Amino acid sequence: MIHVDGLTKKYGSVAAVNGISFDVHAGEVLGFLGPNGAGKTTTMKILTSFLAPTAGRAEIAGFDVFDQPLQARARIGYLPEGTPLYKDMTVLEYLQFIADIRHLPKGPARTKRLKAVVEQCGIGDRLGFQIGELSKGFKQRVGLAQAILHEPEVLILDEPTSGLDPNQIVEIRQVIRHIGESKTVIFSTHIMQEVAATCSRVLIISKGKIAADGRPDELQRRAQGHMELAVELIGSEDAAKSGLEAVAGVASVRLAAADADEAQAAGSYRFVVHAKSGADPRAEIFKMAMQKGLVLTELKRERASLEDVFRTLTGTGAASGHAN
Amino acid sequence: MKNITTIARRELGAYFNSPIAYVVVAVFLLLSGLLFFQTLFIQQTAELRELFDGFWTTLLVAIVGPAITMRLLAEERSNDTLELLLTMPVSDWEVVLGKYLAALGLFAFVMAGMLVFAGTVSALGPLDKGPAFAGFLGLFLVAATYMAIGMMTSSFTKNQIVAFIGAVLLCLILWLIGKVVQVFPPTVQPLLDWLGMDRHIGNMARGVIDSRDILYFFTLIGSCLLITQATLESRRWR
Repeated sequence: MIHVDGLTKKYGSVAAVNGISFDVHAGEVLGFLGPNGAGKTTTMKILTSFLAPTAGRAEIAGFDVFDQPLQARARIGYLPEGTPLYKDMTVLEYLQFIADIRHLPKGPARTKRLKAVVEQCGIGDRLGFQIGELSKGFKQRVGLAQAILHEPEVLILDEPTSGLDPNQIVEIRQVIRHIGESKTVIFSTHIMQEVAATCSRVLIISKGKIAADGRPDELQRRAQGHMELAVELIGSEDAAKSGLEAVAGVASVRLAAADADEAQAAGSYRFVVHAKSGADPRAEIFKMAMQKGLVLTELKRERASLEDVFRTLTGTGAASGHAN
Repeated sequence: MKNITTIARRELGAYFNSPIAYVVVAVFLLLSGLLFFQTLFIQQTAELRELFDGFWTTLLVAIVGPAITMRLLAEERSNDTLELLLTMPVSDWEVVLGKYLAALGLFAFVMAGMLVFAGTVSALGPLDKGPAFAGFLGLFLVAATYMAIGMMTSSFTKNQIVAFIGAVLLCLILWLIGKVVQVFPPTVQPLLDWLGMDRHIGNMARGVIDSRDILYFFTLIGSCLLITQATLESRRWR
């Protein structure tokens, strides 16, 4: 549905997007992830044929975005960053204008479609309001409504949830997921949970290049070269530590930061245990505790969050990534 | 064509949704009315000509024209709505022409108001319909030219004030040039005389519709629209 090949966009001598290639198929919801300035917005502007690539090409449903921009645009619904809308129009006037410019034939079919979109985006009781008077959440919904009105094959949303409150975010995500069941969706964000909650695929871009591409859980696994465990034991500190270190498959043991003095007073100690690559020492830890008469009160596998994936791959923040 | 009218209708709606249209229409009619009735009552002559090529009316148009057009593209640029509009399945030309048409439409409203003056003249005596028609057409073409210039400067910037001042400056040059031709060397005088607005609107206000004058207006309008379109398109140049 979307085909991108060697896309490059230079502003002067700086490459905002540097030779990226990917394909998105119908029915995929692609999360476009990256730090600010990574090239997400630029890529989207090229896909919507607002900007031209310096090199490379992109196709929407088989139409080249540079050579056949009108055909490509007709198949795209687009919500730019910041939801730019005509503030002087009412919601209904605006949607009618979009319907006109998108060539939705006038008549009962259009009315039906408008009603469906208004329902889907939950803006039924705001139709008579001037867009400038709406809250940010409602503006965002109107922006989404204009993007999906003509039932585009491809939906491109640039940070559709930024600036919304948690309830609004959940609602917008539901709408995106719902649309993604039948259409191709690309949306950008720098919020990790969003991707895990909404996407079937993640594309992480950093400094204009693709840093990772895969299902959200796949990427999590990939970032996690070896297992990290949180272990809490009741007993003596030394016995617990040496016991853990002796377990086969354990690479290192570290007393967790003493977050609770009372817990230690009760003889409870918390450790962070790093396993050797590929090893899963959880069963052995349990057996060891039994043998040494230690009480195992917690044994938990820490999952690498997408934040970790993100930091590892984009190299932002501390060098927290584990070597694979 | 359908896209052009869709855009023109939205723009015209935007004019009347905000105070701009009412202020522009009111200011223009008030000031041109003042000029007209001044000639009527003080000079005791009921004639329209002063309205078409007079010093003050043409100056007024050089300010009102850019005021009408300053928002057309600059506002869209500063609100980022330009991006959404230009990613709709419409060509840049359709956007340019649609917006220009809306500006012409608004000025047509103004001119409809000026028919009151024509009505006054014809109530006081026989109205010479030919020159009146030519004069109205001439004034409309002057405004259309100034508005094409205004839209062009509006496409250069996201600041409406900058667009306005830039356009007024250019319009004033065209307005002034014909009046000061004599101070230039004789070799460039014909060129400047042709370039200035005065000669062309002067002909039309006398009731002469000459294809050379029409060509002059159309050349200026066409060039400005061309530059406007190129400015929009320049985002996609590689």
